[in-house]
Amino acid sequence: MLTAHSAAAPRPAVTDPPPAPPRVRRRVRVAALWPYLLVAPTVVGAVFLLVYPIVRNTVMSFQHFGLGQLIRGGATWVGFANYRTVLDDPEFWTVVRRTLWWTGLNVALIMVLGTAVSLMLIRLGRRMRLAVMSGLVLTWATPVIAATTIFQWLFQSRFGVVNWALVKLGFDSYRDYTWFAHGGSTFAILVVLVVWQSVPFAALTLYGGLTTIPAELYESAKIDGASAWQSFRLVTFPMLRPLFALVTSLEVIWCFKAFTQIWVIGEGGPNGATTTLPVYAFQIAQSLHKYDLGAAVSTLTVLILLVALVFNLRRMFRQEGAL
Amino acid sequence: MTALTTTGKAPVRLPRRRPRLRRLPLNLAALLTLAVSVFPIYWMVLTAFTPASDIQSDSPSFLPLHPTLAHFRTAVDSPGFGTFWRNSLTVTLGAVLMALVVALLAAFAVGRMRWRGRRAFILLVFVAQMAPWEALLIPMYVIARDTDMLDRLSMLTLIYFMMTLPFTIVTLRGFLAAIPVELEEAAQVDGCTRPQAFRRVTFPLLAPGLLSTSLFGFITAWNEFAFANTLIIKNQGARTLPVWLSSFSNVFGTDWGATMAASSLFMLPVLVVFLLLQNRVTSGMTAGAVKG
Repeated sequence: MLTAHSAAAPRPAVTDPPPAPPRVRRRVRVAALWPYLLVAPTVVGAVFLLVYPIVRNTVMSFQHFGLGQLIRGGATWVGFANYRTVLDDPEFWTVVRRTLWWTGLNVALIMVLGTAVSLMLIRLGRRMRLAVMSGLVLTWATPVIAATTIFQWLFQSRFGVVNWALVKLGFDSYRDYTWFAHGGSTFAILVVLVVWQSVPFAALTLYGGLTTIPAELYESAKIDGASAWQSFRLVTFPMLRPLFALVTSLEVIWCFKAFTQIWVIGEGGPNGATTTLPVYAFQIAQSLHKYDLGAAVSTLTVLILLVALVFNLRRMFRQEGAL
Repeated sequence: MTALTTTGKAPVRLPRRRPRLRRLPLNLAALLTLAVSVFPIYWMVLTAFTPASDIQSDSPSFLPLHPTLAHFRTAVDSPGFGTFWRNSLTVTLGAVLMALVVALLAAFAVGRMRWRGRRAFILLVFVAQMAPWEALLIPMYVIARDTDMLDRLSMLTLIYFMMTLPFTIVTLRGFLAAIPVELEEAAQVDGCTRPQAFRRVTFPLLAPGLLSTSLFGFITAWNEFAFANTLIIKNQGARTLPVWLSSFSNVFGTDWGATMAASSLFMLPVLVVFLLLQNRVTSGMTAGAVKG
């Protein structure tokens, strides 16, 4: 290339000499940089606002970091002491069990109801389907805080409409029943609230998936004499398996780390009956100023969630491999 | 979605008339679903318009018999309402715009270019979508304190930007994938440069995708409570609506009418945008989900 360049030099007649090759090469090099420039803002943002906080959290979990260290700095390393404290605390294991139970119950209800609603949607007439879908979208669009406030009002002891309806139905013991004073009933209301808000996403996404299944498959299943359940098990489910897996894992994540509803309704109470791991970590850090222990619980939370989702992650990695 | 149902419908219409009775359970189930999903919201709006004396009666009325705006007045006149409203809008719009711009660049790089590390980048974006944000409350608090960013709306904006970014990239990539590259190439053959081709051909086609994607970001940021509640402590002038709303029932004791009016107002912007974009959103979600 260099020789071509110097060879062109002694020929003044040529006005447009061959610096073409070097120019193309430079263009190529700049063009090769473009994608990296385009993703740079994303990477920079993620490093400062996601990776660094995660690293910082992990570091804190290995330090002694209380209110004093927060104000004066100078945290000292303590190795695994925080983890030992957390793991030796029976309360932590109660909270873990409760979190798994909370997640499992919510996700099971959401998936069953979501699937049922999606199967219903696809069988409905156009107008009815539009009405139900609008209702679902309305629910879905309700901000979590607004929904939580609404449920507090629905289940209010004195003037709440739920107690009124229960009394009308003959359950007289629910007159002025204080739902939020009891662990079990508060937990139940939280489940209803989360399920109520999450079913629309599952139902609408699965409905979207259902519309992509060719009708011929169902027709031939019918000809082969398949019952409704069989055609769901043998046609619908296999066709939508990736979508089911995706929705399930999203719901697992969302339910597992649900914070706002629980915090607003009772900050994990009454008597810790609704304390799940994210709430627990926050309580320890914020109310007790034990930021180190809170960080350790957070790290453990993430690890548990990762283990729960490792299968889905593996599936995703495989799928991306096909790209 | 619509194409499939309409083509599938035409021949079914005639025989459907007869087995109407057989469809009764189905339609009843639909009505039940509709009632369950809408009733709490209806109850909120109804309470917001019901005079306090009617709210505190032993038999609730299910229709607005004596509608009143008193509760809305209470909510709007409450201290700081305008400030919190403005704060929420600033933070939300700031985060959404940032996320859109940054995500559009990244989605273009991922969807239209081949480069080393592309697959790793996509994977990281997918993983980042699952980021355990609630677990980062404590380090975020410490970081904000260390960098003098506590009590600042800009800190919230940055966090919400990062919360919505991965999702925005994934969905935009889905929308971008649906637009044939050939269109851009044809424009380039016709003499456009690559950025021009993108701006004149792809971008207009992408606009609906951008809109519905930003809706998700809008809802996330508009709703976010945990960080707003943790990072804004002393500066009451920097509080956002969700925090205000959560404390509203405490401030007003048992004024459920005002609380429901406040909730209704809080929900309004999300609802309006959502209903306007409903179809695009659901199909966009599905596109993103199926591809993701």
